Amino acid sequence: MPIDPNDLYRLRRRPPSEKQLDTGFHWLTVLTASTVAIVLVLILAIVFHGSLESMGLYGWRFLVTSNWNPVDDEYGALTAIYGTMVTSLVSLLIAVPLGVGTAIFITERFIPRPLREMIGLMVELLAAIPSVVLGLWAIFVLEPALRPFLTWLHFTFKDIPLFSTQPLGPGMTPAILVLVVMILPIITAISRDSLNQVPIRLRQAAYGVGSTQWSAILHVILPASISGIVGGVMLALGRAMGETMAVTMIIGNSNNFSWSLLAPGNTIAAMLANQFGEADGSQVSSLMYAAFVLILLTLVVNILAQLIVKRLSLKY
Amino acid sequence: MNSTITQASRPIPDLRYKPTRSRNVFGIALTSIAGLFSLVAVLPLFLVLSYVLYKGASKLSLDLFFLEQPAPGLEVGGISNAIQGSIIVTLIASLLAIPIGIGGGVFLAEYSRNGWFAQFIRFGTNVLSGVPSIIAGVFIYSAIVSTRILFGHAYSAVAGGMALAVLMLPTVIKTTDEGLKLVPDDLRRAALGVGASRFVTTIRITLPKASRSIATGIVLSIARAAGETAPLIFTALYSPWWAEGIFNPVGSLSVLIFKFATMPYEVQNELAWAASFVLVAFILGLNLVARWINTFTSR
Amino acid sequence: MTVSATTATPTTGEEICLSLENVSISYGGEEAVRNVYCAIPRGQVTAFIGPSGCGKSTVLRALNRMNDLIDNCTLSGRVVFDGADLYHPGVDPVEVRRRIGMVFQQPNPFPKSIYENIAFGARINGYTGDMDELVERSLRQAAVWDECKDKLNESGCSLSGGQQQRLCIARTIAIQPEVILMDEPCSALDPISTLKIEETMHELKKTFTIVIVTHNMQQAVRVSDRTAFFNAEAQEGGSGKVGYLVEFNETDKIFNSPTQQATYDYVSGRFG
Repeated sequence: MPIDPNDLYRLRRRPPSEKQLDTGFHWLTVLTASTVAIVLVLILAIVFHGSLESMGLYGWRFLVTSNWNPVDDEYGALTAIYGTMVTSLVSLLIAVPLGVGTAIFITERFIPRPLREMIGLMVELLAAIPSVVLGLWAIFVLEPALRPFLTWLHFTFKDIPLFSTQPLGPGMTPAILVLVVMILPIITAISRDSLNQVPIRLRQAAYGVGSTQWSAILHVILPASISGIVGGVMLALGRAMGETMAVTMIIGNSNNFSWSLLAPGNTIAAMLANQFGEADGSQVSSLMYAAFVLILLTLVVNILAQLIVKRLSLKY
Repeated sequence: MNSTITQASRPIPDLRYKPTRSRNVFGIALTSIAGLFSLVAVLPLFLVLSYVLYKGASKLSLDLFFLEQPAPGLEVGGISNAIQGSIIVTLIASLLAIPIGIGGGVFLAEYSRNGWFAQFIRFGTNVLSGVPSIIAGVFIYSAIVSTRILFGHAYSAVAGGMALAVLMLPTVIKTTDEGLKLVPDDLRRAALGVGASRFVTTIRITLPKASRSIATGIVLSIARAAGETAPLIFTALYSPWWAEGIFNPVGSLSVLIFKFATMPYEVQNELAWAASFVLVAFILGLNLVARWINTFTSR
Repeated sequence: MTVSATTATPTTGEEICLSLENVSISYGGEEAVRNVYCAIPRGQVTAFIGPSGCGKSTVLRALNRMNDLIDNCTLSGRVVFDGADLYHPGVDPVEVRRRIGMVFQQPNPFPKSIYENIAFGARINGYTGDMDELVERSLRQAAVWDECKDKLNESGCSLSGGQQQRLCIARTIAIQPEVILMDEPCSALDPISTLKIEETMHELKKTFTIVIVTHNMQQAVRVSDRTAFFNAEAQEGGSGKVGYLVEFNETDKIFNSPTQQATYDYVSGRFG
């Protein structure tokens, strides 16, 4: 088509530079998107590579021995792994009923709407408090306040292994409580979103056959939103396992293995925070090995979360 | 209308609410439990914030903001080094994460919604957002700090910013992706229909339309990054003095709190509370800004 | 806007099941329907017809307190069911809904099995008899047994639209209410399903009182014994329209010899 000299639209035929800009922009976005993949692969590669030495030295023993001794250069991460699992799972046990209960309370019509929104806002704000501030609070406020109660637990239930040590300061229990505070907002927010997404026609159907409010919640609304809630719980689990600062500050950083919940302990994340800075030699590789275990754990939980959400969603 | 003629044969049903009926007792009990749980859930917010306020507000003074931190044993000092460091590191992280994140989000929403690569990247973004913050620190340490790849420098503010950027990236991508997906397709087709290229459509039409939700998400992720500690401990390390350029260690509010919390000196403990106050105020402020953007800007 | 004389008094000999006495319903201060007087006879099908926005569904929902689920919805006046005032302060809406059931515009089976869809409602109403028998009987009455009998354990949502709606009718039947309210039950369905449901209604009215809201005048003619025509007029100073009951009479009279001009205009298609 010949260019009409009277045509005022000078760009009607796209100049090559404009096309290049378009293509270039496209490739730029591809590049930036790939950054995610690159970073992920690099993380896995670097940590794996760093742990090879320790893996070769200890193999599976690393996971089941609790002797962590930089002086003698002997490493076993059992205490840290056990600590990670126990603190995460117990905090989940406490946070899930609290979070789901709160979510139900603010989505169903129990109190006036402005009050419900205020509670929702307050739980969201809780998520904004940095981990390190919570750790500070745990050291100076939570733990001292908790100690009398924990001491009573110890003296009353001495024979049960869970309470067999005397609480003298930082330990697993304050760490668990701090974790509850940190993962509660996630569980509440995701549960609330899942409950709100249940279409109104299902609620109408339940009430239409003469269901009470709780009957509708327990038998129709909760089952319909369960996939979202479980997904949220799994995400919270992953977050609890990887949580570093608050836990480091209050867990006591002890590598002595103990069944007692009142004793100081360790988590992989806390161990890394404490020791990685000054480690050298084979300690670095052992820390990398532990880091690799943590990455795998959080990866598995994360992937499970996405799968479960897909599998469990009730088709309605 | 005389209804008594026709009702005589039927008893009037008793429809009153009976609180002693088992299903109603059950309902009241469950409601009370749920209410109690909600109370317990909001309690920590008040406990923590009130204590931070109480301990931190009393230390507010000009000294706090302008003096460098005191040497152990000395009384006089402030947290200005940490404030400055936090700002520097957060700025670097934002400069890295925001462009890359928006670019990635644009790709996911505009160029390839459902292609295999896009699904892979979305999956990867979700995975990356689950990576513990300490791992980001370990990663940057191994890749940047110990290799001295940054012009020979080891611990530096840049390294710290990079570690924070790793944590910010997934959130920015997700926010951009979802914000763009909300823009109706009709708008895009209108632009393409007048001959605009993909590039122009995205930059001049779609992104501006989504800017409000994207901005909200970005502000929130900055707030989160400002409070992070773990990624900084072995990248930006810590410095008790004002920053000497971005290729050296810098202090930060979060690492200051971490270090000073465990020191046996009361002066440092008090400063930790003061720093907590400043940090929490800053983060809550950013949260409010995000909310304001979301509700009050006209779009 | 005079209320026709025929709205107030029913034909003698008919029992009144539900009656509305000067009912006005508002959403957050904006009146939606005003001054409705209506006596719904037992054992018959009563249809509510009228143009969109005239409040027919609002009035229907008021009959079993479903409006309670909407924030800021208030009602003044009395709704009397078998002599009991449904909006008396001490009344438990759950009790009301167990006696007055509802079928909705969009089929909304529970995401449970077909069997459970029926059994759930029966169970919470305290049914102590043979559940299998109840499920079969309800599905038969709703004319959907043949299509369901081999897949009682499959999800209720796996049925077609018309079958789902009949499942919802079966679910309502299973709790043995006295009245069944139907809010445009066929508007989302194809003509064949619509016909099946209308046939079902003829059977159902032997056991239940039915009140149906419909946009479709021919449907009202086909299924109902009495018809109430609602209309809306613009509200001065307000933002929307306010609905009111124009005329209520035997269906035959409404469509062939209405006494109000508005009724005549509507049924002859002049507006709608």
